[in-house]
This record gives sequence, C-alpha cells and structure tokens, in this order.
Amino acid sequence: MIHGRQLTKSYGDFVAVAGVDFHVERGEAFGILGPNGAGKSTTMRMLGATLKRTAGDLSILGRDPSTDGPVIRAYLGVVPQDDNLDTELTVAENLYTYGRYFGLPRAHLRARIDELLDFAQLTDKRDAKVEALSGGMKRRLTIARGLVNEPSILLLDEPTTGLDPQARHLLWDRLFRLKETGVTLVVTTHYMDEAEQLCDRLVVMDRGRIVAEGTPLDLIREHSSREVVEVRFGSDRNAEVATQLDGIGERHEVLPDRILVYSEAGEDDLQAIVARGFMPVTSLVRRASLEDVFLRLTGRSLADE
Amino acid sequence: MSATTAHASSRRRFGALYVAEYRLRNMWKWRNSIVAFGIGNPVLFLASIGLGVGVLVDTASGGVDGVPYLVFLAPALLAAAAIQGGMDEVTFPTLAGFIWQRMFFAMRATSLTGGQIAVGVLLAAAVRVAFTTVAYWVVLWLFGAVDGASAVSLIVVSTFAGLCWAALMLAVAANATSDGDFLSVTWRLIIMPMFLFSGTFYPLSSLPIFLQWIGWISPLWHATQLGRWLSYGMPLPAWQIALSVAYLLAMGVVGLLLARRRFERRLTA
Repeated sequence: MIHGRQLTKSYGDFVAVAGVDFHVERGEAFGILGPNGAGKSTTMRMLGATLKRTAGDLSILGRDPSTDGPVIRAYLGVVPQDDNLDTELTVAENLYTYGRYFGLPRAHLRARIDELLDFAQLTDKRDAKVEALSGGMKRRLTIARGLVNEPSILLLDEPTTGLDPQARHLLWDRLFRLKETGVTLVVTTHYMDEAEQLCDRLVVMDRGRIVAEGTPLDLIREHSSREVVEVRFGSDRNAEVATQLDGIGERHEVLPDRILVYSEAGEDDLQAIVARGFMPVTSLVRRASLEDVFLRLTGRSLADE
Repeated sequence: MSATTAHASSRRRFGALYVAEYRLRNMWKWRNSIVAFGIGNPVLFLASIGLGVGVLVDTASGGVDGVPYLVFLAPALLAAAAIQGGMDEVTFPTLAGFIWQRMFFAMRATSLTGGQIAVGVLLAAAVRVAFTTVAYWVVLWLFGAVDGASAVSLIVVSTFAGLCWAALMLAVAANATSDGDFLSVTWRLIIMPMFLFSGTFYPLSSLPIFLQWIGWISPLWHATQLGRWLSYGMPLPAWQIALSVAYLLAMGVVGLLLARRRFERRLTA
C-alpha cells in the first residue's frame, strides 16, 4: 500500500525527516511512535500527499504523490491532529460538505452520512453545532469525516491526544472495527499504550530517523527485559542508591524521580533490593512496555509534552 | 468500491464547483444580512449623498457632466458596490480558510487541489457580486438614477469589474499571515483612498493632477468611466474604452493566476 525509501523532508537547514525507509501492507495497522518533534506529523503529511518530499522515493497505492496527489487523496482518509472541522456547520453538514469536496453524489451522501453517524455514535448529535461537541465527539466526527469517501487507507495523526481515558477507549474500539472491515490504518502517537493497543507493526522515530521497527512484542523482547521494577527513594537519593544495585536485574536506568530495574523476575529482584537494606518509598513490578523500549533506544523518556 | 466512490477523474475535474457550492451554502446562512445590506446600502447612499448633495450641486451648477448629480453618481456607486462585494467575499473566506478556522487545510486533504479551492472561492464571490449589483441597480432605477435601456450592460460591466478586483484581492489575501495587518492595511491604504479619489463623487479632472494617478490605477475609476459611458452617454474615446476593459481584465487574469499558485504553494508547504 505504501512504500517509502530514504524519504526526506527538510526546511532550509532543518531536517525534519532524515531518510526513512518503511512499508505498510494492506489491512494492517501501522504505527509511527515517537516524542513530539520526532518527525511523525511531517511524515504523515507526506503520506497524505499534502506535503512534497525533499528527497527519496514514496509510493502510495502504486502512485507518486508528487505527481498524482489528487488521485491518491481520493483513496485516503485523513484525521489531522487538530480537528479543523467547520465550526459554523452542524455535525451532519460537516460530513456532507466534506463528501461534496470529493464530488460524491448528494443522494449517495445522505445514506452514507447515516452510516457514519451511527459508526461514530453521533446520531443524536446530527443537527448539533460542532462547537457544542465534547473533545471526544469532535474527534469521532473527524474520523467519520475521514471515512466519507470509503478510503483504502486511513491516516490518523495523534488520534487520542487530549482525550480522557473513557473517550480514548471508545475511539480505540471504533478503530478496531474499522480494521476488521479491511481498512489499512496508519497511526502516529506518542502514547505507548496506544501503540501497543492499536498497532500490528510499528516504527519508532526519533529526531527524524527510524530507530527501531517491528511488532510491539518483538520490540519489547528485543530491547527490554520481560519485567521492570520501578523503585523510588526520593529524588535526592535515587542516584546514590542506583550505584549500589549492581548484580540485581539485567541493568538499570536512573530517572530523576525513580530507578528502573530491568528484570526477568521482578518480584525476586525487588526483594533483593530490600535485602540490601534499601527500603523504597514506593515500588512497582510491571510488564515491560514500549516506553522502556523507547528509553533504551533513545536514552530519553517519552514525556508527554 | 462502488461506482459512487470518489475516484472517477470526471469528478475531480469539477473541484472548483464543489468549493463554490460550499461557499454558497455558507453565504446562504447569512442571506438575511446580505439582502439587507444589498438593499440598505444603496438606499442610504442615494438618500444622503445622491439626494442631499445632489440638490446642492444641481441648484448651484445645474448638475455635473450635463446630467443631474444623481445620474452622474449612480454608475460610480454601482461599480463601488460590486467591487466592495467582491472584496468581502474573497478576503474574509480566505482569511478564515488559512488563518481563523483553517478549513482550506481540511479541504486540501481531499482530492481537491489548491488551485481549485482558489477558483471555487472566486466563483462563489462572482455569484454574490452579481446579486449585489442587480439589487443595487434596482434601487438606482427606483430612484430614477438609471434608465432601463442600459440595465444589462451596466450590470455586466460592474460585475466584471468587481470580479477582476476580487481575483487580485484573492491573491493578496492568500499571502496574509496576520489578519489584523491585512485588514487594516487594505482598508485604510487601498479601499478608502480608492473610494474617495476615483472620480466617484466628482469628475477625476477636478482633482489636482498629482492626485489623479490614484484614479488611473484604480479599478473603480475604470469601471465608473465605462458605467457613465453606458448609462448616460458620457463621451469616452474608443481607446479609453478598450484600455479600461483591458486594464480590468489584466487585473483579473493576473490576480487569478497568482492566487492559484499561492493557494497551491501555501497548502503544500
């Protein structure tokens, strides 16, 4: 569906995307994971055929976006990071006008809008002004809008950023259903749990480059231990305690607020720490996540902002 | 994929019409104020300046150009209304599309091109300008400022001028990065001087020569000259007629070409 080779975008001296290679297969959910400023949104706009690449090759549905942009966009659904809905129009009118931009016939759209409102669980908001919607509703409407042309590929840029947990789970559920119908999903996110929930396969981006690629499970297996012990001794003691934990776990990482001990048997290692006379203020044994992978690969944590 | 999906190239070709359709639906929401303004504006102008100032001028000097002041003024007001209407309907949507609500960026994610968006905004503005001009003409006619014989030609020339100016302003507005600067500069430095120094209220020749150049470059002056020639037969040499038409047309063509290019670039940057 999508093939990128040495894909590059630079603005003057600033290189936003520095030669990335990737491919997306039909029907899969492909994730682009990374912190803010990693080049995810820039990559996404190139995939959406609305931003011209500086160098490299890009093929979307077998076509080159720099020459066939309008044709490619007819097959794409785009859910941008900011909702950019038309706030002067109602929910249904937003879907209608967007469908008309594709030149879809009016009668066809009327039926399609009913389906989309049902899918987005917005049927009872049909005639509400967009301004009156909650953040989660706006995002579901933006997704419904992106589906109006029955796209082969849906591009979602940070789909759940700024939503509360309940709204996020509702959205994930909708995206699962879409995937079941055979729509290819490309998702950028800086949330690890989102990537683990949604993506069959993902690339980790940092500073415009791809630093790892694989399924969430493979990445965790390859770049992290099975479990992680998180211990906190207070911010002034963490570094000092860390120097005396040699031999416990596979390795450890000191963050300003806590120490992470990578471990195959978390509970045992936690007891070993206590046995050395260090009593943590709080402790937690958890399964390793993509967060740990990212920390390992970049040496930095994936802070929210 | 069914036959109704968005992929047929025949559909993509008419992108500008879909944009115009959206703009007209949006204008329809403002129909009451568009109609009220379209009729109220000429009534106020004609009552205050046309009749008020007109009585003064007509009793003092027997009119202007050999006709009553109201008849002299009417073609200029008609052209000014068309130019103003065209300006409104390209600048505000363009600022909204690029800066306020950024809906052009949403449109750009569909199969539309930047150039089609520009042309669509202009097409919808053309409909609004034609409506405003017709409404204005009817009010002028009720006041006895124009006669029925010149109706079509006068309306066509004014609409044409409004549209050519709108094309240029579309290109200018597409370059605006700050709405405040754009609006204050265009209104204070372009619209007001154009309205005051284009031979609207008195013949351009009564201005000192060092101010007359404002009229010569003003689309309003060219449209007014053509309008006066059509409305009451103001003498106008053929070369001036040709020059005014060519000047307005050039403004429209250059404006549209620049606007299309600017829309395309701004939406792919």
